[in-house]
Amino acid sequence: MDSVSLVAMASIFGAGLAMAIGSIGPGLGMGQAISQALAAIAQQPDERNSLTRTLFVGLAMIESIAIYCFVISMILIFANPFWGFITK
Amino acid sequence: MEIVPLSQISPDQVIIWSWGFITINATILYTWLVMAILVVGSWFVTRNLSAEINVSRWQHFLEVIVSIIRGEISEMTKKGTDSFIPLVGTLFLFICLSNILVIVPGFVAPTSSMTTTAALATCVFIAVPFYGITRTGVLHYIKEYFQPNFIFFPFHVMGELSRTLALTVRLFGNIMSHEKVVGILLAVTPFLFPVVMQVLGLLIGIIQAYIFAILSMVYIASALSTEDETHHHPAQQESAGT
Repeated sequence: MDSVSLVAMASIFGAGLAMAIGSIGPGLGMGQAISQALAAIAQQPDERNSLTRTLFVGLAMIESIAIYCFVISMILIFANPFWGFITK
Repeated sequence: MEIVPLSQISPDQVIIWSWGFITINATILYTWLVMAILVVGSWFVTRNLSAEINVSRWQHFLEVIVSIIRGEISEMTKKGTDSFIPLVGTLFLFICLSNILVIVPGFVAPTSSMTTTAALATCVFIAVPFYGITRTGVLHYIKEYFQPNFIFFPFHVMGELSRTLALTVRLFGNIMSHEKVVGILLAVTPFLFPVVMQVLGLLIGIIQAYIFAILSMVYIASALSTEDETHHHPAQQESAGT
């Protein structure tokens, strides 16, 4: 197997693996955060505004981990830095 | 109407016009378009403001936007709300408008390019020490970096840098991923499903604009004086005790 197909295979495989594994943790975390926030809103409906704002900020923090994985897999597929070494 | 081809992830690579060393790419063009819409729109509305009972509907529109932004900010900081509105409100309006205009065919959101989001995050990165120093003084601001003791100085610096990177990548990743997903779905299941994803993308765009503004407000508020926090802590303990 030549190096071009090896790099292509590893990139696509790594991109898929990054998304697959990297979205498990944020998914679990966001589900936990939303369920806790819903329970808190159900207990204290008056605090809905402050709870919702804090929930959104926290979700953005959690979600950014998944976004890192997504950007890395996008870089691997669309802007792979290793193509430059082998396709000279 | 594909401005950015599916094999590229950034509108920076789309050159629209170039002369010598000056190149106008799609990001610059659409950034200036959004800026022109915001500036010219606000200029026309604020030409004839009135304090009477009968105000024009556009003045109502702007007043609603400004009062909502002011209300959101004043819930996060106790004092000096009006000094944050120019920065945070502009960030929100720019990102929100550039994300909403995606529904116009041929428009590419400038926030789907990493250069735009990096520039916006750099504004926040500079604004945090600016507001911190003007509010509390240089010595007090620098002392915050050594807060529990001097070992924590590199962690504070790394936190500043990494949250700027997080702001950049979050906005860029969300908007760019939405465009790519719609482009891929157009090839797989045309007609109906991409429209649903476009609606979802509008929602995501507005939420991301809100999150960017709120997070930059949180970062700025964390650099302000700690006197507010010491005022709050006894109250929280009292409410927790009762």
